[in-house]
Amino acid sequence: MEKTINKEQIRKPENLVYRRTPLLVDVPLSYCPGCGHGTAHRMIMEVIEEMGIQQDTIGIAPVGCSVLAYDFLDIDMQQAAHGRAPALATAIKRLWPDKFVFTYQGDGDLAAIGTAETIHACNRGEHFTMIFVNNGIYGMTGGQMAPTTLPHMRSSTSPYGRDVEIMGFPLKMTELITHLPGTYYVTRQSVHTPANVRKTKKAIRKAFENQKLKKGISFVEIVSNCNSGWKMNAVQANKWMEENMFPFYPLGDLKVDGQIVEKK
Amino acid sequence: MGELRLMKGNEAIAEAAIRAGCDGYFGYPITPQSEILEYLMAEKPYEKTGMVVLQAESEVASINMVYGGAGAGKMVMTTSSSPGVSLMQEGISYIAGAELPALLVNINRGGPGLGTIQPSQADYWQSTKGGGHGDYHLLVLAPASVQEMSDFVKLGFDLAFKYRNPVIIHSDGAIGQMMEKVVLFDPIPRRTDDEIKKQCPWATVGKTPDRKRSIITSLELDPGKQEQVNLRLQAKYRKMEAEEVRYEEIACDDAEYIFVAFGTSARICQKSIELARAKGYKVGLFRPITLYPFPVNPLRELSTKIKGILVVEMNAGQMIEDVKLAVSCSLKVEHYGRFGGIIPTPEEVTENLISKVIGG
Ligand SMILES: Cc1ncc(C[n+]2csc(CCOP(=O)(O)OP(=O)(O)O)c2C)c(N)n1
Repeated sequence: MEKTINKEQIRKPENLVYRRTPLLVDVPLSYCPGCGHGTAHRMIMEVIEEMGIQQDTIGIAPVGCSVLAYDFLDIDMQQAAHGRAPALATAIKRLWPDKFVFTYQGDGDLAAIGTAETIHACNRGEHFTMIFVNNGIYGMTGGQMAPTTLPHMRSSTSPYGRDVEIMGFPLKMTELITHLPGTYYVTRQSVHTPANVRKTKKAIRKAFENQKLKKGISFVEIVSNCNSGWKMNAVQANKWMEENMFPFYPLGDLKVDGQIVEKK
Repeated sequence: MGELRLMKGNEAIAEAAIRAGCDGYFGYPITPQSEILEYLMAEKPYEKTGMVVLQAESEVASINMVYGGAGAGKMVMTTSSSPGVSLMQEGISYIAGAELPALLVNINRGGPGLGTIQPSQADYWQSTKGGGHGDYHLLVLAPASVQEMSDFVKLGFDLAFKYRNPVIIHSDGAIGQMMEKVVLFDPIPRRTDDEIKKQCPWATVGKTPDRKRSIITSLELDPGKQEQVNLRLQAKYRKMEAEEVRYEEIACDDAEYIFVAFGTSARICQKSIELARAKGYKVGLFRPITLYPFPVNPLRELSTKIKGILVVEMNAGQMIEDVKLAVSCSLKVEHYGRFGGIIPTPEEVTENLISKVIGG
């Protein structure tokens, strides 16, 4: 005998397995289907909801695919110029030291045009959280080479693949800032499987909790896909990411509670 | 009554910032204005009023710190000199576009390029005509004394919050470096968090259930809506033009000829008036205090009573364009400028008035 369950029963709290956090505004996202930005947004807002800090959080999203993040996240937000989110966050956190402040930046933003702001905010040991979405490409402007584009990887401005002799090497910004005394927590995660999503959420939670300690920057890199920019479907993009991005940008903690994690 | 002190112009700006109840200063060293950051660091206002003072990694960072702090409702400022202000232009455009209050200071030095560290007024166009991209205006105050360096900090913050628009104090290395007596205004306490939330309901201070989220942005992708944003900005600039014009007339009552000059040039012209009058010429000075909004109507009115104008600037002829527009080329308007860090002498200014305008 088949047991049927109607809509009303499905909606009962005891039968719910998932609910959208009300802190995500109920509007269509501007991201391409399959992109990791949406999941990363959800993790941040779930953490803010669980910590009960909506009233005390200020987010900063600069130019990039997530430039419209303020349309999706139900918190006070500022839009920053390309690369400058850490400068805004520095001022906001110093002027409102008891607020939770975070930046949400792409790789072009954080590791190319905003290199100075990134390094100096980390080195000063500002007490905010940086979320770094690394998709190896400039998504918003149509798939140009990023500082994180892998050797031989194709983009619209490296159409034959990134030739490091001509175009220079990919920059491992996360490794670089790990060694700065002002960073307290540095980790690299992904959001392409449910297990990884859970780990990312835990990392974001820790990064936000750390702000209460006032011990420096908590930095969460999320290695993500850009199926449109990479010219793949979502499944191919995730597979390509596992096979190519993760060996170059290995997942895991780089620095925890101010201590560099030694690689075995 | 305020406190009387002998101070450098740059120091007066720093002291006035603390007294005005400023919440945050962000800056990067550059001559001839580094005394501002030095003075603040020596005074440690963060221990007295709670004012944040931070030496940023660049002018790009400091203007974006100002952008962030202003968006969060705080009373924030930065100061720099010409090359540093050029570097800030993208951020200034964002602040104007997002309609935030902020105080900027440019202690002009000679250019172009790295130029010289000596005084100049060559950034007039940059300050008054935009500087960064897009159609926007700063409200531009031009002090001509150390006293005004102090007073305009307070006035600048008041205007910035009144219009939610960046205000720039457009000064030069001479006024920044020279010492004069100044009567400092009494300290005003910094606003409390609650006062900020009340005064700035648009600011990002944490979303409470009783209001929509605050969003600070200059982005509007829909051209129809972006045009509306621009029209709103333009309406604000027209209001400034109607209500915020400031100027000074010296010895203009019986004048047949006038100098038009601001800042250091205006100080020099005061001496040139004496020299000219000693020679029997009836000469006065019209000093724009707001460079934007430019005092168009008062100057036009004055121009109907005189025979000629010499515009004196430490640049190759920038404000003269606004002067000519104001008087609709209805009388003789000539220019005398020194540049590259040279300050003209009162004698040469008087001689040029006689030779170029009065006619020999
Ligand atoms: C000063 C400036 N230079 C260039 C741009 C154009 N631009 C906008 S987004 C972007 C790249 C964004 O790439 P990334 O930071 O990796 O974020 P993604 O779009 O991939 O999420 C560029 C170059 C700009 N808006 N401002």
